Amino acid sequence: MKKIYSRIEEIAGNVITVTAEDVRYSELALVTSGHGKSLAEVIRLRGNKVSLQVYSGGRGISTGDEVQFLGRPMQVSFSDNLLGRIFDGSGRPRDKGPTLEENLIEIGGPSVNPSKRIIPRNMIRTGIPMIDLFNTLVESQKLPIFSVSGEPYNELLSRIAMQAEVDLIILGGMGLKYDDFLFFRDTLEKGGAMDRTIFFVHTASDPVVECLMVPDISLAVAEKFALQGKRVLVLLTDMTNFADSLKEIAITMEQVPSNRGYPGDLYSQLAARYEKAVDFEGAGSITTLGVTTMPGDDVTHPVPDNTGYITEGQYYLRGGRIEPFGSLSRLKQMVNDTTRADHRGLMDGMIRLYANYKESVEKKSMGFRMSEWDQKLLRYGAFFEAKMMDLTVNIPLEEALDLGWEILAECFQSDETGLQSKLLDQFWPRKSTRDEQETA
Amino acid sequence: MTKTTGTVFGVNGNMVTVDVEGDVSLNEVGYINVGDQKLKSEVIRIRGKQAEMQVFEQTGGIGVGDTVEFSGEMLAVELGPGLLGQVYDGLQNPLPQLAEQAGFFLKRGLYLDAIDKERSWEFTPKLEAGATVSAGDTIGTVPEGIFDHRIMVPFNISGEWTIKKLAPKGSYKVADTICQIEDEKGTTQDLNMIFEWPVKRAISLFEERYKPTEPMVTKVRMIDTFFPVARGGTYCIPGPFGAGKTVLQQITSRHAEVDIVIVAACGERAGEVVETLQEFPELTDPRTGRTLMERTVIICNTSSMPVASREASVYTAVTIAEYYRQMGLNVLLLADSTSRWAQAMREMSGRLEEIPGEEAFPAYLESVIASFYERAGVVRLKDGSFGSVTIGGTVSPAGGNFEEPVTQATLKVVGAFHGLSRERSDARKYPAIHPLESWSKYPSAINDELVAYCRDILLRGNEVSQMMKVVGEEGTSLEDFVLYQKSEFLDSAYMQQNSFDPVDGSVTIERQRHIFRILFDVLASEFDLHDKDNARSYFNQLRQIYLDYNTSEWESDAFKSREAELVKLIDEKRTGYDSTAEDIRNRVGSTVG
Repeated sequence: MKKIYSRIEEIAGNVITVTAEDVRYSELALVTSGHGKSLAEVIRLRGNKVSLQVYSGGRGISTGDEVQFLGRPMQVSFSDNLLGRIFDGSGRPRDKGPTLEENLIEIGGPSVNPSKRIIPRNMIRTGIPMIDLFNTLVESQKLPIFSVSGEPYNELLSRIAMQAEVDLIILGGMGLKYDDFLFFRDTLEKGGAMDRTIFFVHTASDPVVECLMVPDISLAVAEKFALQGKRVLVLLTDMTNFADSLKEIAITMEQVPSNRGYPGDLYSQLAARYEKAVDFEGAGSITTLGVTTMPGDDVTHPVPDNTGYITEGQYYLRGGRIEPFGSLSRLKQMVNDTTRADHRGLMDGMIRLYANYKESVEKKSMGFRMSEWDQKLLRYGAFFEAKMMDLTVNIPLEEALDLGWEILAECFQSDETGLQSKLLDQFWPRKSTRDEQETA
Repeated sequence: MTKTTGTVFGVNGNMVTVDVEGDVSLNEVGYINVGDQKLKSEVIRIRGKQAEMQVFEQTGGIGVGDTVEFSGEMLAVELGPGLLGQVYDGLQNPLPQLAEQAGFFLKRGLYLDAIDKERSWEFTPKLEAGATVSAGDTIGTVPEGIFDHRIMVPFNISGEWTIKKLAPKGSYKVADTICQIEDEKGTTQDLNMIFEWPVKRAISLFEERYKPTEPMVTKVRMIDTFFPVARGGTYCIPGPFGAGKTVLQQITSRHAEVDIVIVAACGERAGEVVETLQEFPELTDPRTGRTLMERTVIICNTSSMPVASREASVYTAVTIAEYYRQMGLNVLLLADSTSRWAQAMREMSGRLEEIPGEEAFPAYLESVIASFYERAGVVRLKDGSFGSVTIGGTVSPAGGNFEEPVTQATLKVVGAFHGLSRERSDARKYPAIHPLESWSKYPSAINDELVAYCRDILLRGNEVSQMMKVVGEEGTSLEDFVLYQKSEFLDSAYMQQNSFDPVDGSVTIERQRHIFRILFDVLASEFDLHDKDNARSYFNQLRQIYLDYNTSEWESDAFKSREAELVKLIDEKRTGYDSTAEDIRNRVGSTVG
């Protein structure tokens, strides 16, 4: 039994300092106060002065409260019993289920050896054409969804959670509104996806330190499942809240801020989490999708900016749709040559025409005369937005490709599309609806 | 001699404060004993009896009172035959061998030999007993890949020595004694094929350093023609995320006309290194017929690996580059990304509670960046041969804004600037180097006056295009419109390249010179074009043929017939020659390079 210290010398924000012997860096302690018990983690040692960040926050902690060191770092239970359960940022149950304490694993483990990584090769189907067709999600990829507050990013994530072809979903919520948390839970329950999902949720009203734990705890569990051969998809929302928690702790610890108050190691901190995405040769994989809300819709804000340098592309969610421009899955080239022969060609061709449509819209809004070609483009753009971009569209890739051809045939002659003749010969719909009407 | 020891006093992130008993030097390496693990760390500040050390590993579990052993040496790399083709982490641990021992994950406290001690090498002595030698002199060679790897007197030996014994031609392992030397006092020393050198000290065993003038051909037209890099020079590639910095470096690492390429993947995505790791052993180096891996060393300290070794990784890379330069070879070091390296310095500076400079970078940022790039250079060695180290570093400016400290500090010391632009990469233009903002102080492989004329067209064409956005095509004169078309032609037909095309993906300097003539003809001619539609369709036609010309194999029939087509098309419409261009042409003659 370790010694109990009952004299807290300093309390600043969520950080307390005690005088103690034989304490190790990153060790956990149990702080017992009048408001209950909380875990705390050692974040600085200086002689016999030990600084700890208290998971449940510093509020209400008294200088006379008890601190007991546990002699181990932060751990989480790992077993199949986790499935379908909901936990908070320090691994305590949030549902009515029992506390899990068997088979504890450490969180925040070491990095994967780069020489053991393999070139990504499997697509993850989501049933969302803007992802499957235009910016394919690839196993072991890390992608953020850049968005702004108010956009339906959580709706998008829950749809991906229900539809993605993976074995396991881990949802890490950081600073979630309680309503959003309920939304996720209810949607997944209704959709019957709960039994392949694990929640680690920190809501906006929970202590800020627990927010920091969510990605580590989610990814540690994901890693173990992946090593057992499971294909795991980790959904993190919202990473900007995570970064803001980092900022809060850093400022409390009197670290020198670098950019807009964020600590200088923001990049390394984010990278340590995102880089957990991996495909283990001969075992499973981790794929990460994280929501990053951009304060003021500014992509140069430190959080989206650093994220963009780390991740392999990004999805922009604007106006309730995944933007075709700016959104990019850098790994799509690795998989979209083996899906169907027309995948790449159709993808490029449709986006090119959509870009032309945007130009025509601009011309129209400036009062220029619309040529026949402009009219065709306008028609095409409207179809494209309604049938492809709408987030409620839910069809497999093959149907999405067929739909693409249909939309093109509806609006253009085959030689107007600029697609390779080889593809046109093979895939151009022989009789479009319009031809039928005309012959009728 | 007893080694200095100490005990841990404090831990803050990856910085550990140690109470030291005995003498300790700055940048000395020490090992912290945690359980049965020894964690490598480096002294970065000394205050009284306390030393502050950055730990090259995660610091969890370190406790106050843990013992520390100091090595008495600065952070060093092992130099000798067997470096080529290796994949190291920032501290020169071979990653594939680490994986053999530890599996999928990196294991804390596990350090392995950088150079395989079991492998045998065919040693050929170049000197004889009795010869006088000093540091850096070649005593023999071993074949390493296609090179004669020089076995040299260790660089840290001072003074003149006489060879007492030298091993005869034969097969030896790196740690076998192959030579015994003696100084004038009669002390003898045994030499084998490897020695260590501290990474933060430049190797300066050469007679003279020269100004870089020889072009280092990258086979990217835009770089070689417009923004060239010289052997022994320095250049930087800043760009926002997704603009293609890493792609450009990867392509350069494949095609650059140098002997050896050192790739330092410093704090970037692991996934990007994987491509290099898996593809290089399969790709053939067109110059040697061997795999590309045989001329490459990869230093890989990606973003999730410990930050302190990220800081060390660029030094490890440049030291290995300098070592091969000492063999009279041309070495290219590609560092991706120097911003991550600078950020590693910022993290440590913050932990040391130093007074921060701009954006919290340390005040010494500029001098550290400058001294890193200054390790490039073309030098004449003691034996009269020439060797060079060229350094190309990417910069990842926050928010894509070049006004930030790392970009600015880098621009002060490099010889060429290849600024990437988000607009060009969004428009899928490769390379996304911005042609108006970038610059180079090195001479081009093509005559500078001709190049300057082309850049002028680009500049003026861009002005016209800005204007046209306001006044529309109708308000633009035909003359201006033709200028605009010329600049567009230059951009799309010459500056852009199709990196996926086997021919257009890498263009030799010979071919660049050849096709530049036709480009210049187009830009410098006056054409008989009666209206804008006519001009547009004419230039579209030219562009289409020129693009096909770019993808036809050098000197093939297709290449020749397309060239003939282009010449015919130009001659048909040409009414005269721009007088400025005529002047330059007369002066330069028919040689463009």
